[in-house]
Amino acid sequence: MEFFRYTRTFNFMGKSKAAMIFSIILVLASYAMLMTKGLNYGVDFAGGTIVQVKYDTAAPIDDMRKSLKSNELFNGASITEFGSVDEVVIRMKSTTGSVTVDIGDITRAALKDTGNFEIRRVDIVGPKVGSELKEKGIMSLLLAIIGILIYVAFRFEWRFAVASIVALVHDISIALGAIALVGLDVNLDVLAALLTILGYSLNDTIIVFDRIREGVTNSKNNDLEDIINESVTRTLARTTLTSLTTFFVVFTLFMLGGEIIHSFAFTLLVGVIVGTYSSIFVASPILLWFGFDVKGYHVKLASKAQREVEKQRMRDQYESGVM
Amino acid sequence: MKLNYRIVIFAFAIVFGLFFSAPSLLQMQDGKKVTLGLDLQGGLHMLLGVKTEEATKSRIKSIAASIKHFSDRQDILIDELKFDESSISFSLLDPDDTKSVEEFLKEIDGSNISVAGENFSLSLTPEEILKTEKQAIDQAIETIRNRLDQFGLAEPVVARQGEEKILVQLAGIKTQEEEQRARELISRAAKLELMAVDEDRNARVDNMSDSDAAAYGDIILSDVKNPQIKYLVREIPILDGGMLTDASMGFDQSNRPLINFKLNAEGAEIFGDFTGKSVGKRLAVVLDGKVYSAPNINERIGGGAGQISGNYTVEEAKDLAIALRSGALLAPIYLMEKRSVGPSLGADSIKASMIALMGGFVLVIIFMMIYYRAAGVIANIALIANLFIILAVMSLFGATLTLPGMAGIVLTVGMAVDANVIISERIRELIYEGKSMHKAIEDGYSNAMRAILDANITTLIAAVVLYAYGTGAIKGFAITISIGILASMLTAILGTHGIYEMLESRIQKSKNNRFWFGIKG
Repeated sequence: MEFFRYTRTFNFMGKSKAAMIFSIILVLASYAMLMTKGLNYGVDFAGGTIVQVKYDTAAPIDDMRKSLKSNELFNGASITEFGSVDEVVIRMKSTTGSVTVDIGDITRAALKDTGNFEIRRVDIVGPKVGSELKEKGIMSLLLAIIGILIYVAFRFEWRFAVASIVALVHDISIALGAIALVGLDVNLDVLAALLTILGYSLNDTIIVFDRIREGVTNSKNNDLEDIINESVTRTLARTTLTSLTTFFVVFTLFMLGGEIIHSFAFTLLVGVIVGTYSSIFVASPILLWFGFDVKGYHVKLASKAQREVEKQRMRDQYESGVM
Repeated sequence: MKLNYRIVIFAFAIVFGLFFSAPSLLQMQDGKKVTLGLDLQGGLHMLLGVKTEEATKSRIKSIAASIKHFSDRQDILIDELKFDESSISFSLLDPDDTKSVEEFLKEIDGSNISVAGENFSLSLTPEEILKTEKQAIDQAIETIRNRLDQFGLAEPVVARQGEEKILVQLAGIKTQEEEQRARELISRAAKLELMAVDEDRNARVDNMSDSDAAAYGDIILSDVKNPQIKYLVREIPILDGGMLTDASMGFDQSNRPLINFKLNAEGAEIFGDFTGKSVGKRLAVVLDGKVYSAPNINERIGGGAGQISGNYTVEEAKDLAIALRSGALLAPIYLMEKRSVGPSLGADSIKASMIALMGGFVLVIIFMMIYYRAAGVIANIALIANLFIILAVMSLFGATLTLPGMAGIVLTVGMAVDANVIISERIRELIYEGKSMHKAIEDGYSNAMRAILDANITTLIAAVVLYAYGTGAIKGFAITISIGILASMLTAILGTHGIYEMLESRIQKSKNNRFWFGIKG
């Protein structure tokens, strides 16, 4: 079976202006979303408590609310269904420091008369740990980006590195915007998903860039736009296929993975779609706009080859004892 | 068909994968198995902090106790021995004793001593305070580890995290009661103090406030069973649990559980001296600030053995004996983070992620077969081998499989396919260009290699950062992704290449590109 038979070159770069405008609007909308609605930090980063309770029957949410009024620890606690009607999650800002009687135990005691239930999960994150996790999270995103930047600059060229980072920032921004839009709780798993998007989107970009590098090296044509169009077209089958298989996997995760992995899968789903788009329509045009110099690159390659030849000649001479 | 080095390595990798993943997959008794994370098997994860300032306070208190004991022994009369959170002060009645007291104080490490006439004051140096605080954390880790080792759970984890946090992980806690017991055992100060009851003033204890008591150098403690009963005891203890050598559960005459303890030589001597001098008075056995009993001293007690009676259940007495035996916590601990997952939720999570893994896996496999035909089947062999190898490596290193780790495997499935898609597309391209089958395969691999390597290495960079900076469950995600990427290089690149090399003559002969690569021609 074949979806894409390479017969003619698509003019992707001709559409790059429209794509850029679309991307800029999307990114700006994401930032507007982040500014107005903001990210909904979950307990991992904001600190607080989560208690997951499963009842034998449908959870008596009204009774639970009444019972929780008894203690001011529960002020501002929210109760939401979790996957099914008999399972709920109570989220609150407060935490306790006692090891033996913690806020989970207090919750259990407060809910005593609401029915037959089992407490399935208690997450308590103190404020200090929360802010530490946040710091570490931001650090890890930055470090990963810097590490990747260095590697790509070393393997390709600085313009490639900058273009791939712009694409990454584009993807992460839109993913964050989507998270803000649906009001997902931002926890450690969402951070992991963002880092995965980073790797995945970069994967895509690098495969395309590798083709462009190959095209630049081998092609007699000095027009970068043609080379990019040809390279993107030639990788189109792979880009689509891989995105599709990854999409399958993430989609099953999203549908069947259960409530607890939902945020992770959602973030990835957005990332896979945006990452595929950005490797074609964001990373490559930027390369073009930075004015990557094909002729200069050819000259550089030629002189590098020249130097190698020269070196080899010297070595041969040395070995044969001429020098 | 001919063998080549690639297929041999691949075969070894498959055998390795099958062999070492078997114990985990088949739940065999022997062999190394993958450890399930707390989120999958249920359990308790806690990050604890230590109130180190309390350690300094109790250090001061024990120095005060030793000054008291010294002066009693040497018949030196001292007046107004007082201490607060960071210093001790006292004065001598007889100036002739100044020299010997000074000599004694010099022996105390890390203290600043100032003398003004008969008035002495002593405080800890900043270095000594830092040292004490550090010691308190070290000792808390050691103590909690000792206690949990005796508690009876399999492989409790107690480790330092960062400078001053203690990580405690208890897998396999099954019930709420068990969790409660473990938490009480961990946090129990288990500070045993033997204190003298201030018999001169004890009768008036009910009318005294804490500050009244402090004026006499006393404190008010309540009875453990009946908080209404109060005792007025000397604030400076005769001795504390630091001189304990052993504690075990026993039974009294009416078969109620109690705790027997033994003191070391120094403790026994102090205890003997005190009881010898205090016949007719009472001795309060104080544990964690509560009076457990206050028996009358009938005679000098040598040998340094004693009992703590209380209204225990057998289990409580056992846990208390463990706590005493493992030593007291120098400073109280508090909860910074807790994640507790019930076993039923863990089981649900395993089920859901297995369904997702299988579902995604089957979809990918069917898709590859339809799209690439034989090439797809070869890619699928690599994919399945990849799964086994991930599991095998994780089992071998005793790595922990967490829920995000499961997601990592699911993701690796999607990404491992990528390498084969790139390779197959390259080979198709070269076939269209009219290259020979041998050239198409060889060039296809070498062309694809650069891109695959660069892509994998960058993902690996992200995974390593995630591992270094992530905590708990996220580390699990980074581990499976890293192992998955490395394994996919072995299976998807080397392994499939080996298969093609082996089948090359057949592919050439058949000339059926539709069958082999899913394309016309």
